[in-house]
Amino acid sequence: MSENALNQSPVKRSLARRLFRRGPWEIVATITIALGVFMLMQPFWMPLYTYSFAVILAGTIGFMIVSHFPE
Amino acid sequence: MARPPRDAHAFPIESIVTDNSILQKGADAVARATPDGVARRVRGLSDRAVAWIFIAPTIILLLAINIFPLIWTIQLSLTNYRANRPNAEVRDVGFRNYERILGNEDIWFSMQTTASFVVLTIAIQTILGFTLAYLIDRKFRGHAFWTTIILIPMMLSPAVVGNFWRFLYQPQIGLFNYVVSFFTGAEPSSFTMLGDVDLAMWAIVIVDTWMWTPYTMLICLAGLRSIPDYIYEAAEVDRASAWRRFWSITLPMALPFVMLAVLFRGIENFKMFDMVNLLTGGGPGSITEVASITLKRQAFEAWRTGYSSAFAIILFVTVFGLGSIYVKALNRVKQR
Repeated sequence: MSENALNQSPVKRSLARRLFRRGPWEIVATITIALGVFMLMQPFWMPLYTYSFAVILAGTIGFMIVSHFPE
Repeated sequence: MARPPRDAHAFPIESIVTDNSILQKGADAVARATPDGVARRVRGLSDRAVAWIFIAPTIILLLAINIFPLIWTIQLSLTNYRANRPNAEVRDVGFRNYERILGNEDIWFSMQTTASFVVLTIAIQTILGFTLAYLIDRKFRGHAFWTTIILIPMMLSPAVVGNFWRFLYQPQIGLFNYVVSFFTGAEPSSFTMLGDVDLAMWAIVIVDTWMWTPYTMLICLAGLRSIPDYIYEAAEVDRASAWRRFWSITLPMALPFVMLAVLFRGIENFKMFDMVNLLTGGGPGSITEVASITLKRQAFEAWRTGYSSAFAIILFVTVFGLGSIYVKALNRVKQR
């Protein structure tokens, strides 16, 4: 364990742990990807298609990052 | 170290000691023959370094055939490069290729066509594949023979399948139209599967289902065979009905395998090219033009290499994102 981590107060550590848990963030990333794919393939509105790739990319990169968060 | 009793060995202990000493002498001879420089280098390597030396060729190969083309495609997608004009000046166009693709209605339509194709084929193949696997799992007389017969389409080359289904779909001489007319009473030449706007997509779906349902069946069958018999025996003791056994035991326990089949077929059908190209080539008009056909047309007919690279990256990120969440869901189902 690094010196910084040892010096952290228990309150700070628990707050960080509560904020950066894998479960909820993975759900957010999953919903973002699913939304992006829907936007890419829906036949209703062109602007949704236009922004679909940005949403999918954000979701995919987000998913890769949050999969490394602790449980 | 305590010496083991003599009768514990198949060989006399003395011979082993002698063999070891021979080996030691051999090792010493090799060490003496090794040049000093090499010996110093090898002695300085840790286990980790030796492990890296062994896996390095594989990693280099993977980088060369997977990562390098990917990075190159990303780089090309930001340029106006055309492969048919290798000497022309290549300009950096930033994200303009992506903007053009995401503002193009034709490509939007091809994405919708891809979605329809993927959803239809996966739904039909999963239901049929699971049903076939459920029937084959009952181990009736000759089930091995029928399993082999069912698996034959999967073993054929897509080029062969595409060509002979084109003959089967011929309105005048094709067997398919005659079979349909036998059941419906319609004239065999009154409809053409590959040339009709309403039927062309179904023609491709039928061929893909015919070819790949056995694959889904095989994966589902593996799932069904992995369910232990004692669970069914316990359910029978509890007087659970066949319907209840199916919903409470068979389906939940085979679900990870079914999901795996859906994942594999989903990814494959998202990038489906060969069958569509052979059967309709994207026609009639552009009604069956799936994303891969559009990509090929842009890359090798219009020669817009940078533009098509950007399209390839969009498709890749979509499949990668979908695959990631699907694998996550699969792991969750397996842990249940």
